Amino acid sequence: MSNAPTETAVDERIKTRSRFREAMIRPELGGIVGTVAVFTFFLLFAFDSGMFNSQGIMNWTTVSAQFMIIAVGACLLMIAGEFDLSVGSMIGFAGMLIAIFSVTLSWPVWLAILATFALCIAIGALNGYIVIRTGLPSFIVTLAFLFILRGFAIFLPQVIERKTIIGGIKDVAEGDWLAPIFGGKIFTGLFQWMGDTGIIAVFERGSRKGQPVVDGIPMLIVWAIILVIFGHILLTKTKFGNWIFAAGGDAEAARNSGVPVNKVKVLMFMFTAFCATVFAVCQVMEFGSAGADRGVLKEFEAIIAVVIGGALLTGGYGSVLGAALGALIFGVVQQGLFFAGVESSLFRVFLGVILLGAVILNTYIRRIITGER
Amino acid sequence: MNPEKAPIIQMKNIEKHFGSVIALAGVSLEVFPGECHCLLGDNGAGKSTFIKTMSGVHQPTHGEIYFEGKPMSFGDPRDAISAGIATVHQHLAMIPLMSVSRNFFMGNEPVKKVGPMKFFDHERANQVTMDEMRKMGINLRGPDQAVGTLSGGERQTVAIARAVHFGAKVLILDEPTSALGVRQTANVLATIDKVRKQGIAVVFITHNVRHALAVGDRFTVLNRGQTLGTAQRGQITPEELQDLMAGGQELVALEGSLGGTV
Repeated sequence: MSNAPTETAVDERIKTRSRFREAMIRPELGGIVGTVAVFTFFLLFAFDSGMFNSQGIMNWTTVSAQFMIIAVGACLLMIAGEFDLSVGSMIGFAGMLIAIFSVTLSWPVWLAILATFALCIAIGALNGYIVIRTGLPSFIVTLAFLFILRGFAIFLPQVIERKTIIGGIKDVAEGDWLAPIFGGKIFTGLFQWMGDTGIIAVFERGSRKGQPVVDGIPMLIVWAIILVIFGHILLTKTKFGNWIFAAGGDAEAARNSGVPVNKVKVLMFMFTAFCATVFAVCQVMEFGSAGADRGVLKEFEAIIAVVIGGALLTGGYGSVLGAALGALIFGVVQQGLFFAGVESSLFRVFLGVILLGAVILNTYIRRIITGER
Repeated sequence: MNPEKAPIIQMKNIEKHFGSVIALAGVSLEVFPGECHCLLGDNGAGKSTFIKTMSGVHQPTHGEIYFEGKPMSFGDPRDAISAGIATVHQHLAMIPLMSVSRNFFMGNEPVKKVGPMKFFDHERANQVTMDEMRKMGINLRGPDQAVGTLSGGERQTVAIARAVHFGAKVLILDEPTSALGVRQTANVLATIDKVRKQGIAVVFITHNVRHALAVGDRFTVLNRGQTLGTAQRGQITPEELQDLMAGGQELVALEGSLGGTV
């Protein structure tokens, strides 16, 4: 390399970066800052509103966990370079399927749940297949499914049961082995003990006198934690995770390097459908009923959580932990405003503002990473 | 070239038709290990179609491909890559948002087993990446530096180093210098020279005669889907090569008014 003598020397044009700037280019940064800000705010302004007693904590944790479950799927899919706008409709549709299978058709609940998972994941695969075969933007394809699935979620119960809400699932789920995996609670003994020793509040009167007001961790939260950990490890610690980044970063370059881009994308559509179905099953088991309007707008809430968490809308960059923090911010603010007694419509204003802020921050971070100007 | 060496890849009378369009009308070419074979031609001459046939993207309509003496037909690029034919595309080689290390091992991730599960071995990937980059003369801040921060020439070099590391025997470079500045072009040409000296066959596609003459051992010119012949280094002048590429006389008339600057 006689023609490039200075090459082994340090290039004087590369500025050494400060630690601060290094920390800046973590995708989770926005999520971490937002979480700290949100908690600081509510600790200052809503501390004695009941938001931070056992019941209050359980309240916003549950809401956050709901967002997390769908955000994990949306996050991995967005990093792989695609969107799924049918998540919300999928939640309504999946819930309705379980109700129809178990209540109307009297199938055992475990079979209804498994059949619903199979069907919904297959629809996810179909979404992905159409996207990769036609080359159409996933935005359009899944927008079509947003309407198709919502249409069926309303049509099916009306035709079969002549109503839009099917109840009675709690009764048929009694004694089922699979239902508690979604609708049960864990650590009930621990919470009883905490109630007995006075760490957490107990009911003072009524039929449940002496029982703790929070009697366990709902499986919904357990699912959220498992999915976040799974998604994070899959994305950052495995070969497949590298393929997810590659598929979303530049599908053509990834293909040239032998990454099975189509397979990765279809699998991520299926995983997103899986997450939506987990959400639906947990919700149906908790409420004991399925409603045709469940999950409306959830697809956008998932995408917002993911973007707050630092993922780029264009794909190829993001973090599951960030998305989880985005979901936490989402849940805390939504419930916190309620505790603080703020008019709930202001939540949407907040959401719009924080979304815009997050997108601008992400664009800035992207420029730092790629050195674009 | 060493005449007793066998060619590593031979393309015989390759024809490729797309519907009624004849993109390649019988192109023959052989490449020897350790040589840099330049494939020249103007836009639309069929260079891209030809190398896509070589790398398994297209199947030839007629003609035969011999790889290491044996007839070969590649069903898809995967086959060609596993046989040892690697292609480095001008733009489509690297993902700017991903780290150098993640890019380097894209599609070939090293894994370590923890119990029944396999994880991406980041430690090994980072170490190999840093070593390979040092060999190629690229100083990284760290293996997690994003490819987006590298210059165009450095990106090409990373892509070439990657192909070599994963055992390429034939390296197809699709216009690696066409979008680069002078200094970066020099770096890429130096990299090609290094790779050739390791005994790897390089197929260097370009339409810049000077770049070709800088590193090429042999030169094949394509025009309108046909070979206009192969010349050895030293047997041909830049002017002759330029004329061949332009398909004969047209450029000569033009060149007069341009004062030989093309």
